[in-house]
Amino acid sequence: MVEGNPDDSAARPLVRFEAVSKRFGTIVAVERLSLDIFEREFFALLGPSGCGKTTLLRMLAGFEQPSEGRILLDGADISGLPPHRRPINMMFQSYALFPHLTVEGNIAFGLKQDGMPNAEIAARVGEMLTLVKLDGFGARKPHQLSGGQRQRVALARALAKRPRVLLLDEPLSALDRKLREDTRFELMELQEKLGLTFVIVTHDQEEAMTLADRIGVMNGGRLAQVATPADIYERPNSRWVADFIGDVNLIEGRVVSAALGQIIIESVAGGRLIVMHSTDTIAGASVAVALRPEKVQIDTMTSSAASGENCFAGRVMEIGYLGGVSTFKVKLDNGLDMKVTVAYRRRLTEQSIKTGDLVWLSFPPEAGVVLQ
Amino acid sequence: MMIAASNREKTRRDWGDRLVILIPALWLTVFFLIPCLIVLKISLSQTTIAQPPYVPVLDLGAGWPGIKDFIAGLSFDNYKILGSDWLYLTSYLRSLVVAGLSTFILLLIGYPIAYGIARAPRQLQAVLVMAVFLPFLTAFLIRIYAWINILQREGLLNDALIALGIVREPVVWLATDAAIVLGIVYSYLPFMVLPLYATLEKMDESLLEAAADLGAPRWKAFWLVTVPLSASGIIAGALLCFIPIAGEFVIPDLLGGSDALMIGQTLWTEFFQNKDWPVASAVAIALLVILLAPILIYQHLQMRALEDR
Amino acid sequence: MRKASLFNVTSVALGLAFLYLPIAILVIYSFNASRLVTIWGGWSTRWYVALWHDQAMLDAAWTSLRIAALSATAASVLGTLAAVVLVRAGRFCGRTMFSGLVYAPLVMPEVIIGLALLLLFVALDLDRGFWTVAIAHTTLTLSFVTVVVQSRLLTFDRSLEEAAMDLGCPPLKTFLTITLPLIFPAIAAGWMLAFTLSFDDLVIASFSTGPGATTLPMRIYSEVRLGVKPEINAICTIMIAVVAVGVVAATLASKRGARTL
Repeated sequence: MVEGNPDDSAARPLVRFEAVSKRFGTIVAVERLSLDIFEREFFALLGPSGCGKTTLLRMLAGFEQPSEGRILLDGADISGLPPHRRPINMMFQSYALFPHLTVEGNIAFGLKQDGMPNAEIAARVGEMLTLVKLDGFGARKPHQLSGGQRQRVALARALAKRPRVLLLDEPLSALDRKLREDTRFELMELQEKLGLTFVIVTHDQEEAMTLADRIGVMNGGRLAQVATPADIYERPNSRWVADFIGDVNLIEGRVVSAALGQIIIESVAGGRLIVMHSTDTIAGASVAVALRPEKVQIDTMTSSAASGENCFAGRVMEIGYLGGVSTFKVKLDNGLDMKVTVAYRRRLTEQSIKTGDLVWLSFPPEAGVVLQ
Repeated sequence: MMIAASNREKTRRDWGDRLVILIPALWLTVFFLIPCLIVLKISLSQTTIAQPPYVPVLDLGAGWPGIKDFIAGLSFDNYKILGSDWLYLTSYLRSLVVAGLSTFILLLIGYPIAYGIARAPRQLQAVLVMAVFLPFLTAFLIRIYAWINILQREGLLNDALIALGIVREPVVWLATDAAIVLGIVYSYLPFMVLPLYATLEKMDESLLEAAADLGAPRWKAFWLVTVPLSASGIIAGALLCFIPIAGEFVIPDLLGGSDALMIGQTLWTEFFQNKDWPVASAVAIALLVILLAPILIYQHLQMRALEDR
Repeated sequence: MRKASLFNVTSVALGLAFLYLPIAILVIYSFNASRLVTIWGGWSTRWYVALWHDQAMLDAAWTSLRIAALSATAASVLGTLAAVVLVRAGRFCGRTMFSGLVYAPLVMPEVIIGLALLLLFVALDLDRGFWTVAIAHTTLTLSFVTVVVQSRLLTFDRSLEEAAMDLGCPPLKTFLTITLPLIFPAIAAGWMLAFTLSFDDLVIASFSTGPGATTLPMRIYSEVRLGVKPEINAICTIMIAVVAVGVVAATLASKRGARTL
């Protein structure tokens, strides 16, 4: 199944993976993976370590050959092309700056390979330095730069040739938190301004969600889901994706009835849930309801709350106070553990709910998602 | 079109790769492998007064009967001589004993030195390694010669001993087994220290801390943690020393006596003095066979070290 | 933090003393005006003067220098190629054989290697002399260069090569313009090692040489058998000085190179 851009199915993809597999001996790193990436997209490959995302990126760059399948760029098969002939450039995780060349030398390297005349090279290098805000650093050597500066040089070097696709291998992992946030926004601006296609590999959810137009979540060599960040978060297509992205409460149950997008589920642990979610399911099917913690309401027993559907009683076991939000761990009367996050709109003078309190948990029908 | 171009690139790359392998391979085959095979062949020949001083000589011009004559002329006579003459057997035995003893002493002396360097502050380590290595770079012969200076009858050691009143008369140091072992230990020390240091330097300090935390005193931690982890360095150093020492010539020749010879000296004598090339070759092959097991172990270790990375 | 105990410091100090004592004695006695080791006759450079007039010794030194330079260069090229093969070529038919051939000279007794090469030269009916010694030394020292270069290649950051190829540089050009300059200090160290081994070698040179190509170690050896001679102290001191200067220069050069890494 080829995952495509739901908005623009008529457009031809810039990059297409066709049933690509990669085996290292007996280990299968990527398994029959098909994917389309479109022009001007900021696409993120997200997944736990060992899921195959880096292997996929390296196959696109040309450093690994697919064991099966094809990779197409602009409709042409590039599977057999060596890396130095592909119009794709990569920004390496370790930056891989040439230690014996200056910053200018590094940025100009790719241009020299193409035989560009020196005057043009100098102009382009100057352009790149301005783009990454490193004017005046041209004559320095990599060991004279800070981590953040080296990263910019790596970026400038990869952009200098104006590639069709820019690949970024965990580009922000070596930076400290503040720098990472600042650089994230700069990357997004850059991509928009230049109108290039970026493919980023990351294990950091926040990074993927912030940067990407679309995310491909990978697990065990396969694509679990390809969608926009909002879709992935609000409408995960499987238990695994729901659990991998952010926090989630998963309630197992059996479908009682499903009609007009309203699905009634009898929870295994007891209690009835109503979920408004248009998905194909039949009565009797075994499903899980995914509930994000911020969509669950928590009230003390004293305040009035209707009982019935989507309403459960429980006891607060633990509270994690994070300043802006609090996370409550609640054990329901039917035995289930639930997580609820509450954001504070007003300054907290006194915690109204304490550990050990009996509470009501409730959520609107639109808050949940039914997963098969 | 792009695929055709990439296929062409691939074949060009394969030929380039093959050339890189071929050049050193060819050199080593011609100048190492084949010579060893020739030694094997000569060891099966007889000595004679002629140029070259051995028969049979392979005459390819004589065709198939020439080759038959050639093979008929080969014999294991030389090996029989080696096996029967007590002189050779003692020579082999002596060489192995000296090599074993020297290697053992080298390990005893070299390990503390390597360990000490590994525990020195980082910047100092490079300097110390260089300091250990430097004497090795100065002429080997010189340093043996320097020991002659010290050990000879009118030499410095005797001078010092007499001056300190430890002995009354000059002691004979040269032309003894002790002198040989001393010379060997002196010359091969870098060969033992450097592989040991390379292994010890990689060791994780926190392992020793963990051992201490679990109740092991320092000496116990050393035997239970450090030594086993440095095993590969110990074996590499030991093999790197034992094998060449067994065949040593210069040191026993200059520092040792003329009564009992090591095998390297025997080979030299056979070749240069007795001009008996076949017997010399047989001595060499027999030595190679004796050392084959350690050599193969060493090769195996090297290959494994490459793969481990 | 690494802590060196008194035992550690003492062992290193004693070890170094043991290594350098004979050398120090040599150097001092090369300036001894008296002929005998037992008597100190005051400082004098007469042995250096005597050395200057010893034509045979000087010729031998010149021969050794030329052979060493030649064989070190050849060994560096071949050894580097062999190291590249062993580290990069992966599995290929004959790999075990290849590595066996490369590592064997490291551990084989020199008498065997010397004998084998001589027999080869005789079988090929080659005139023995300068060139045969050079070939023999190249073969011997090749393995040492391989070991040195190989250990550098193993720690080499391959993402630099990938970055170069990603930017359009074909594999061979990448190796020549990126890899080679960065591993050059290792190759230079290998060259120096090969030079020393060749300059130093007695056994193999004796086997593979011919008339007119006497190396310095051969010359020294024949003189030493006749007894200790002070001129030899002098030439040894010069050799030590040359090596020491070379090593210091090489270390300084590599430190400057290392800083750019």
